[in-house]
Amino acid sequence: MKIIVCVERGADPEAPPASFKVDAGGNRVVLAADVPVVLDPYSEYALEAALKLKDAHGGQVIALSLGTDLPREVIKKALAMGADELVLLEDEAFADGDSWSTAYALAMAIKKTGDYDLILCGRQAADWGEGQVGLGIAEVLSLPGVTVARKIDVADGKAQVERVTGDGYEVIETPLPAVVTVSNEIGEPRYPTIRGIMAAKRKEPVIWKPADIGVQPSEVGAAGRRSRLVKLFQPVHKANCQIIHGETPEEAGANLAERLRLEKLI
Amino acid sequence: MSQNQGVMIFGEVVNGQLQAITKELLGCGRKLASELQEELSAVLLGSNLAGSAREAITFGADRVYIVDAPLLKDYQADAYMPVMERLVKQTAPRILLLGQTSIGQDLAPRLAFRLGTEATTDCIELSIDPESGLLERTKPVYGGNVMAVITGEHFPEVATVRSKAYSPLEADVSKRGEVINIEAEVEPPAMRTRIIEKVSQVAEGIRLEEAATVVAGGRGIGSNQDFKQLEELARLLKGAIGASRPPCDNGWIGDTAQIGLTGKIIAPDFYLAVALSGSSQHISGVSGAKNIVAINKDPEANIFRVARFGVVGDWKKVLPAFTARVRELAGEN
Repeated sequence: MKIIVCVERGADPEAPPASFKVDAGGNRVVLAADVPVVLDPYSEYALEAALKLKDAHGGQVIALSLGTDLPREVIKKALAMGADELVLLEDEAFADGDSWSTAYALAMAIKKTGDYDLILCGRQAADWGEGQVGLGIAEVLSLPGVTVARKIDVADGKAQVERVTGDGYEVIETPLPAVVTVSNEIGEPRYPTIRGIMAAKRKEPVIWKPADIGVQPSEVGAAGRRSRLVKLFQPVHKANCQIIHGETPEEAGANLAERLRLEKLI
Repeated sequence: MSQNQGVMIFGEVVNGQLQAITKELLGCGRKLASELQEELSAVLLGSNLAGSAREAITFGADRVYIVDAPLLKDYQADAYMPVMERLVKQTAPRILLLGQTSIGQDLAPRLAFRLGTEATTDCIELSIDPESGLLERTKPVYGGNVMAVITGEHFPEVATVRSKAYSPLEADVSKRGEVINIEAEVEPPAMRTRIIEKVSQVAEGIRLEEAATVVAGGRGIGSNQDFKQLEELARLLKGAIGASRPPCDNGWIGDTAQIGLTGKIIAPDFYLAVALSGSSQHISGVSGAKNIVAINKDPEANIFRVARFGVVGDWKKVLPAFTARVRELAGEN
């Protein structure tokens, strides 16, 4: 079984809110210098889903990422966790895409890898939270797509996917190949082992340029966008929390109840 | 400029009930349609839709397309996509809005891409740019720390709208509108996926999305057993119980209790956050709450930035005293 996992890097979403600023022109998010770049959390869940399937059925896991100057120490975590190969679409032409142009480039790269069984993506990215790239890949490749998976089983050329819904989940059967987007309910991503980290250090990623995947630079990245960013701005939080005090924590608790009663909240 | 005209919303009906998000979309869609001086239509797929169609008119639709077929009873992309693709091509709306729901977030991107256009998901504000006439879509990014305004020049302009971002209009029972039945015409070979089972895990009691009062716990609660204290308080306040992501990931409470960007989006009158730091992704799910009250031992916790009242202290000491006083106050009535 061959599984392709789309992964991406991003600013650590656990960073304090004050770390995220917008530049004067309202065009770019400026991160505080101490915000680490990490593998996107949902990319890690997608990898974990792939590695669980590999544990159960064997096969090959290929991690695929896209961008410019992809930091090796971050992106190689996919290998350290247990992916067999790392393929990078790394070129200026791939930069600043939207969901559509990113999905198109990834889909064309996936096509080039040949007979795959399953394509996994995070349900959304922590930064832009669009949740569209996986579905875009499914559309470009005319594959069935199942979103927000909490569990994936594979047997007899089919996958059974538990898809998270508003009030629980539904079990969906899909023929393979298929695209599945993965949610955090899949379970905590594994930590890389020392052996995994050492192996990842030695392994070099495969780099593909637009010509390698048969696309024109005008079809991908910023040039291939269908949407346009008008501006970015920072929301204003009115921080005016009134702290309720007491001689002891217990008294503060009782005082809070009194105050909320006065406010008719309870 | 495009030939496309009018605003269309994709409505959701569950067990014959027009969903709250759909009424909100009609409120939002009406505003945009009025600005454009164009028509607002709604499309409903499923079964048993006639009552909901009339209701959609009272909430603002000028026209409702209903596609009633057994195959459409439950949402499946393979069944809904060809129906929506055909309907949207035939009716050529300028704007197509869906809810940022389990269905909307699954359907909108595929449909947009197949139609050669694009979608913006999880929008909290939509407006028409007076100069270009294009739909400007505002959405929170980077966990709500930054807002992005996005537009596109492909039609229809597709967006999904976050729950509680817009209010429904007052129902106007005298409003007139047209209901049009459309044949589904889904060919069974188009169906690749199949729903084997649907599992509901909703706890009994008040629904989280509808509760006026919500008591929620975070990572600091520490265990399944400790969550029981919050449940007791929620019962006392006739509210619902919720949680940030860590308690759900740790199995202290069911996944359906999760509030946040990837869980439920709620807008209660009173939200009590206990031992919950208030990560950006969590705050995104309660930004519509009218009164946030926090109990947390860390005075720097992010939750205090959005709270109206707070107590800085160990919840294990603060909460029992709070609950006891709430009980006494309730007894005074």
